[in-house]
Amino acid sequence: MEISTDMQREMYWNMLLSRRLDERAWALHRQGRIAFHISAIGHEAAQVGAAFALRRGYDWIAPYYRDLAMMVALGFTPRHFMLSLMGKRGEPTSGGRQMPSHFSMRNMNVVSHSAPVATQCVHAAGIGLAIKLHKEDKVVLTSLGEGSTAQGEWYEAVNWAAIHQLPVIFMVENNMYAISEPMEKQMAVKSAAEKACGLGLPGVAVDGTNIFAMYEAVKSAVDLARTGQGPTLIEARMYRMTPHSSDDDDRAYRSRAEVEEHKKLDPMLVGRTAMEQTGVLDEKSLAELETRAKDIIDEAVQYAEKAPYPDVIEGSFPVYAEEVRHG
Amino acid sequence: MAEITLIDALRQAMDEELARDDQVFIMGEDVGVRGGVFRATMGLYEKYGPQRVIDTPLAELSIAGVGIGAALYGMRPICEIQFGDFIYPAINQIVSEAAKMCYRSNGEWTVPLVIRAPYGGGIGGGLYHSQSVEAFFTHVPGLKVVIPSNPYDAKGLLKSAVRDNNPILFFEPKKGYRLIRGEVPEGEYTVPIGPANISRPGTDVSVFTYGMMHYYALQAAEQVAAEGISAEVVDLRTLYPVDRATILASVRKTGKALIVHEDNLTGGYGAEVAATIASDAFPDLDAPVRRLCGPDVPAVPFSHPLQDWFMLDPEKIAGAIRSLARY
Repeated sequence: MEISTDMQREMYWNMLLSRRLDERAWALHRQGRIAFHISAIGHEAAQVGAAFALRRGYDWIAPYYRDLAMMVALGFTPRHFMLSLMGKRGEPTSGGRQMPSHFSMRNMNVVSHSAPVATQCVHAAGIGLAIKLHKEDKVVLTSLGEGSTAQGEWYEAVNWAAIHQLPVIFMVENNMYAISEPMEKQMAVKSAAEKACGLGLPGVAVDGTNIFAMYEAVKSAVDLARTGQGPTLIEARMYRMTPHSSDDDDRAYRSRAEVEEHKKLDPMLVGRTAMEQTGVLDEKSLAELETRAKDIIDEAVQYAEKAPYPDVIEGSFPVYAEEVRHG
Repeated sequence: MAEITLIDALRQAMDEELARDDQVFIMGEDVGVRGGVFRATMGLYEKYGPQRVIDTPLAELSIAGVGIGAALYGMRPICEIQFGDFIYPAINQIVSEAAKMCYRSNGEWTVPLVIRAPYGGGIGGGLYHSQSVEAFFTHVPGLKVVIPSNPYDAKGLLKSAVRDNNPILFFEPKKGYRLIRGEVPEGEYTVPIGPANISRPGTDVSVFTYGMMHYYALQAAEQVAAEGISAEVVDLRTLYPVDRATILASVRKTGKALIVHEDNLTGGYGAEVAATIASDAFPDLDAPVRRLCGPDVPAVPFSHPLQDWFMLDPEKIAGAIRSLARY
């Protein structure tokens, strides 16, 4: 599959922007300037690759809380992210009601999700059903961690999608850990993709650190879904390079040696090396991208820190659709 | 005007809404070819086809969750949970997702969804085909909880529910499906969600009730009228949000309040009505607020005498009215 030079650069830029945003969030947390962060570090290639395989703004997405890079690729800006980290007014996902990284972007068909895992998968099945009932050629991608495939909700969603051949892509971001629990405590199979066997849909495992492999795998699944050939389960295999969240300490359950070993397969490194080899990126362009990212993020932090908090009255609505206030 | 049964009224409502709006569809276990185990959807599959009346897998969680997804897409699903007793697997989706969607997305997303479920005992259904489950949901902001007591309201409220932009739990007194008959006009009408209804005006005692117990309360009021006791019967109809104004106006007139529901006493819906009265109508009370409710046992037992012991009936309600009137 041919991916143009411009598109490759755009992919790398989105991964880089997400990575630098993510790192800044960790720094802000350690400085006591934000209360919480949940990280996508290690997931960037899978998420950006998937986003680029969709028709963004046309297709639908039911994401989960580790999808910062996917959201960046869909237009979630550094200002948006910083506002949400700080719970400031104008925060676009929830008006400061949800914790950071609980995404929602109506204009990009990204539906609001919660924290209990796999709940969003059932919504994706429903969206897929609605697309099919409307006889449209849209698809819906839902993402989840491998730990979430233990949930009945995930099973029910996949079962629905398979029965009705719905245009749903289930993208399992297998980062080897569900907080502290490694794969063997979560499932008896070696790969989450194997779970597709008993449910009647194709299941493919992909190197989730390779953005091109991810793009191609998701694109193939999108093509099937868009042409009425049903759902696909994609397992993107990568490594969660940070603790689960800013409230976690992964030294309690995995060795530093293990983490260091996996840093050799950092998707940023994998992507950059590949694009340097083909001449898509070079030292100069990489430096420019770094400067651009730093400037944008610096500005976003300042913007969000100066932004006001929501008025407390905003806590009281909108409980019901009648109470929605626009603007 | 034609006199029809409660279940015929419900079917008419669904039939008319399916015809009116092509975004409306029905899904649930056995709702299609079989027409529902209670025949609530009888004939609709034949009339509207398998795309509008969808037989689902036996998995209540995804009946609710897939409905939520389709609602997010812009459709108006009517989901049937076969018995209220089976709704618990769906609570995660109803409480964590549907109820919170509007608030958590600051109104970006709303969930126009109706979940219908038959509730209540007295039909030989034992522990798992007899439960009253409303109190689990009347605690949840973001949901609306509706329980009709007669065919006119059942049709008008269900049509309003389908057109409402919020998630609605619509519990139907299954014992009354074919027992409760009433006049329903030809042609279009709706009954608004929210207001309670004073179904029998009176001056001595206010009886606050809903659903099947409302049917019995009217009979009880008739019994005590012959003895010179004037009971005002208030059909709450919409349990959540609470129509506090109608409750308070009634008790301010009569000075005495009896709350009747089939669900067990402790933590039941009656506690909210009692607290409302105690808080806001205390100076108007001439007697303690009383509750006549199901006993605090896990659910309705099967054996006939045991079931009769559990269930309220017109005689038990009449006894409670007399006792309060004498106070």
